[in-house]
Amino acid sequence: MDKLNIQLVTGIFVLLGIATFTYQAVSIGGVSFSEQAGYTLTARFDSISGLREGAVIEAAGVRVGTVSAISFDADNYQAIVSLRVNEGVPVSEDATASIRTQGIIGEKFVKLSQGGFPDMLGDGDEIAATESAISLEELVGQYIFQSEAAQ
Amino acid sequence: MRRTLEKTGATVLQWLEHTGRMFNLLLLVSFELLQPPYRLYPVVRQMYFIGARSLTLIVVSGLTIGMVLGLQFYNILQRFGSVDLLGAGVSLSVIRELGPVMTALMVVGRAGSSITAELGIMRITEQIDAMDCMAISPSKYLIGPKLLAGLISVPLLTMVFDFVALFGGYFVGVVMFGVAEGSYVNGMIDTVEWSDVRIGLEKSLIFGLLVTLICCAQGFYMHLTKAGSQGAEGVSSVTTDAVVLSSIAVLYSDFLIEALF
Repeated sequence: MDKLNIQLVTGIFVLLGIATFTYQAVSIGGVSFSEQAGYTLTARFDSISGLREGAVIEAAGVRVGTVSAISFDADNYQAIVSLRVNEGVPVSEDATASIRTQGIIGEKFVKLSQGGFPDMLGDGDEIAATESAISLEELVGQYIFQSEAAQ
Repeated sequence: MRRTLEKTGATVLQWLEHTGRMFNLLLLVSFELLQPPYRLYPVVRQMYFIGARSLTLIVVSGLTIGMVLGLQFYNILQRFGSVDLLGAGVSLSVIRELGPVMTALMVVGRAGSSITAELGIMRITEQIDAMDCMAISPSKYLIGPKLLAGLISVPLLTMVFDFVALFGGYFVGVVMFGVAEGSYVNGMIDTVEWSDVRIGLEKSLIFGLLVTLICCAQGFYMHLTKAGSQGAEGVSSVTTDAVVLSSIAVLYSDFLIEALF
């Protein structure tokens, strides 16, 4: 096989490899080269058990952002969650952020419920009203120990 | 008793020596590759041989493995009534594990064995010594392009394999068994993250280097082992060793990478 042909076939092979890699990285792996416009809010939770960075933020069941960072506040023993909310999704000052589970054993996500205040939160503001992750075990535990204490 | 001990010791020492030689070769070749003259065409030629000509094999085996995985996962998931997880299961196991490992094993079988045989024959027919006499560095001229080509081709082949295997799983799940297309594709997209794709890529880079290095070293240093004095028979035994050794290296390093990262 002559030189040109070898180079041509190798070139096609390389292009094929790069194309399939790009498909995997962008379409399946979810790498985005341009960050979607949006703003960051923070929220404090007593427990976020099971929530991971990159988890989905939903409002009325629609995906409106992602959890961008999770840190620990040692003074108050709370979790500080940074929420990256997409541009064009207003969040009022008295909105509630709660941690919910998709299905019974599904992934944890943050649910935003809009409040009634006319003023909206801006970049870097904190959502004051939060509901922590509900742990089924803890609920059961509370029930058992409460009934023991009552006896 | 003493003789057995001595024999075992000698074998162990031989293997250690061989491993040392192999990494010496890697260092030597990478050092030599940094120095001019840089020649690209030999690399392209080797990429054609290791990569482009393995494409058919990779596509066929990828398709088969994807379809088998689809069938297996479908049968298991159906018992628990969670067929929706089919896309997630197939894509995660292909991208993280099966893609890199199977591709590396295929490359060992198709290209690695012939690399060893080629270098082994060049060694016993004294072609490599002739190059040395002409002041052409045989490690740079013969092994450099092969190592580079392996390092580039194996990841590219892995990506093709992954893509085809995902399509195979899709074919079995969606077309044959009628799993909802949305749940297959979205399950795939939601479960697989960039870190999974990255680990697959890193694995295939390491495998590409390991496979070509072991196969090159086996043939290149054939004269230093017992097989060196056995002529054609020696070439065949060295080739067998290369295939066995690099397959084990791929599988074991896969375990190590998975355990460490």
